[in-house]
Amino acid sequence: MMHFEYHVEGGNFTKAGAASSQLKKILKQLNVDPKIIKRIVVALYEAEVNIVAHAFEGDIFIDIDTEKIGIKLVDQGPGIADIELAMQKGYSTASPSVREMGFGAGMGLPNIKNNSDELKITSQVNIGTTVELVTYLNQ
Amino acid sequence: MKVAEIAEKLNLKVFSGKEGLNNEVTNGYTSDLLSDVMGHADAGNAWITLQTHKNVMAIASLKDLSAVILVKGFEPEEDMAAQSNEEGIPVLGTSEEAFTISGKLYGMLQK
Repeated sequence: MMHFEYHVEGGNFTKAGAASSQLKKILKQLNVDPKIIKRIVVALYEAEVNIVAHAFEGDIFIDIDTEKIGIKLVDQGPGIADIELAMQKGYSTASPSVREMGFGAGMGLPNIKNNSDELKITSQVNIGTTVELVTYLNQ
Repeated sequence: MKVAEIAEKLNLKVFSGKEGLNNEVTNGYTSDLLSDVMGHADAGNAWITLQTHKNVMAIASLKDLSAVILVKGFEPEEDMAAQSNEEGIPVLGTSEEAFTISGKLYGMLQK
């Protein structure tokens, strides 16, 4: 059983993807199936960027055991009023400057869903959002 | 086909990441939406885009892309070039539009 934690600063795009990059290296060292690594990296990157783009700050907790990888992202931020709407392809509340960078196309949450085995999002407006992802290793 | 051969044949400028000129290009992916590339590009793809910031390299690295080709005379921002050097993923440039350079690269890779 391994546990990792990363802190994510809201608004700091220069560091976006740092946690995903670290996890990718760790999973490679653990000889996890490259196909599984690819999916996890996509899901975590999108979730990480969501904290950078939308929240004030957040923390990522990663637990790896022989059966699965569990990732929990907890942010302090505006929260999501309508999660079902946010899950729709093409829906985004990203700012114009974030969109100009090529983010905020409303593809992040669909990417997370497509690249994780279990996804649970809970949110409180003006408090924050928690995203939980599970990926099974033996499938 | 190697990045260096593509750069030479398509007359691309090499801005950074020279260490990766021997990377093998499997195919190309043309998009300016980062999550589109994140979700749909494959390892070994050369990414054709007009985005010039550092996050492009984060994605190129996470997705194991072979190179980034900037279109319409765009140049990488300083921190993008720096990360390209660190990762050994070349950033190349052309004065041509995405449509044109994508077509040329497609033609080359089909042969």
